[in-house]
Amino acid sequence: MEFCGGHTVTILKHGIRQLLPPTIEMLSGPGCPVCVTDNADLDKAIALAQIPGVILTTFGDMLKVPGSRSSLQKVKADGADVRIVYSTMDALQIARGNPDKRVVFLGIGFETTAPTIAASVLQAEQEGISNYYALSLHKLCPPVIKALLDSGEVRLDGLICPGHVSAIIGSRPWEFIARDYSIPCVVSGFEPLDVLQCVDMLVAQIENGRSEVEIAYRRGVRPEGNRQALEIMDRVFETCPAQWRGMGLVAHSGLRFKAEFERFDAEIAFEINPGPVVEPKGCICGDILRGVNTPQDCQLFAKVCTPESPVGPCMVSSEGSCAAYYLYGAAGE
Amino acid sequence: MCLAIPALIKSIEGKEAEVEIGGIGRRASLWLTPEAKVGDYVLLHTGYAINIVDQEEAEETLRLLEEMAKLAEEEESEIH
Repeated sequence: MEFCGGHTVTILKHGIRQLLPPTIEMLSGPGCPVCVTDNADLDKAIALAQIPGVILTTFGDMLKVPGSRSSLQKVKADGADVRIVYSTMDALQIARGNPDKRVVFLGIGFETTAPTIAASVLQAEQEGISNYYALSLHKLCPPVIKALLDSGEVRLDGLICPGHVSAIIGSRPWEFIARDYSIPCVVSGFEPLDVLQCVDMLVAQIENGRSEVEIAYRRGVRPEGNRQALEIMDRVFETCPAQWRGMGLVAHSGLRFKAEFERFDAEIAFEINPGPVVEPKGCICGDILRGVNTPQDCQLFAKVCTPESPVGPCMVSSEGSCAAYYLYGAAGE
Repeated sequence: MCLAIPALIKSIEGKEAEVEIGGIGRRASLWLTPEAKVGDYVLLHTGYAINIVDQEEAEETLRLLEEMAKLAEEEESEIH
């Protein structure tokens, strides 16, 4: 299984599945932050954007994701102030330039992204920016892999570990998978040859009866990760249970603000009333994220659900399995 | 979403750097990599340098990947 949606895109875009012998089956994992964001959390973000005086800043991927009744794109069209930013640095700039508004950053992402949001909070504190908040919907990868393996729904012979998550956390947090579940793990880069090299290393481990954590992406990942980024993340956030689309509630897999940074927490600063959660009918994104089904198993895939008119989040995000299958021609397989 | 691309640091001012990606300049935050120096390649993710690219490892990987590509070509020409 490739955990990361970025790897799924590389594999499909470059026809790696077709290059590999039939004995090697690649399975997409839950590694797409947009896709795993639960509808209840999406609804919160959409409700936040509709509060008068709020500027909701977000990465572009989130705009079209449908919640229970609407999307950020739809409420933006209806007049909500939703702005796409490339970085939390841009969100801070918007906060500086709009002191009479309250600027909320929609904090979606894994360990790669969470330190950048934590850094923006520390910067806001340092500069005394008092109208900046974040909605922390961050998620942590190793706990969800553990939950997936413990569920027993999928049996994996090897795991391609996410390269840029590992750039932050290092390779050590994956060691329990090799040790406790006897599954070989290799941290991979995102070039097509990186992925092939990673598959080669996984096959070598299986053939030699080994299960270890190896790093194929040595130019970007050290075993200990990025200590400074981990410290910054740890200063601002603490772990909490988080709701994952498809996986349900997973212990220690989310990040919430520590008490001393509570004033930046959008969940505390605003009264958010998103209403009851409605799941999209017929959508099997949850099963696809667990690796139980592939996009072709979904009755809506490429018929009702397309990138132009997505029903589920896996068709929205550029690294969602459904979007990758749709774009790179695996639809007819 | 966890996309990160290598960027070359051209200059540093406080916790911000001017970086170059494929000939295009932009600002990057060094909050997460305060030890980065001018001339380093960093992995840039949403405007933040999240790690310094290990130059030696990058060259070693490049050599390995070239070797793999060469092997694949040889295999290809054996088939045809």
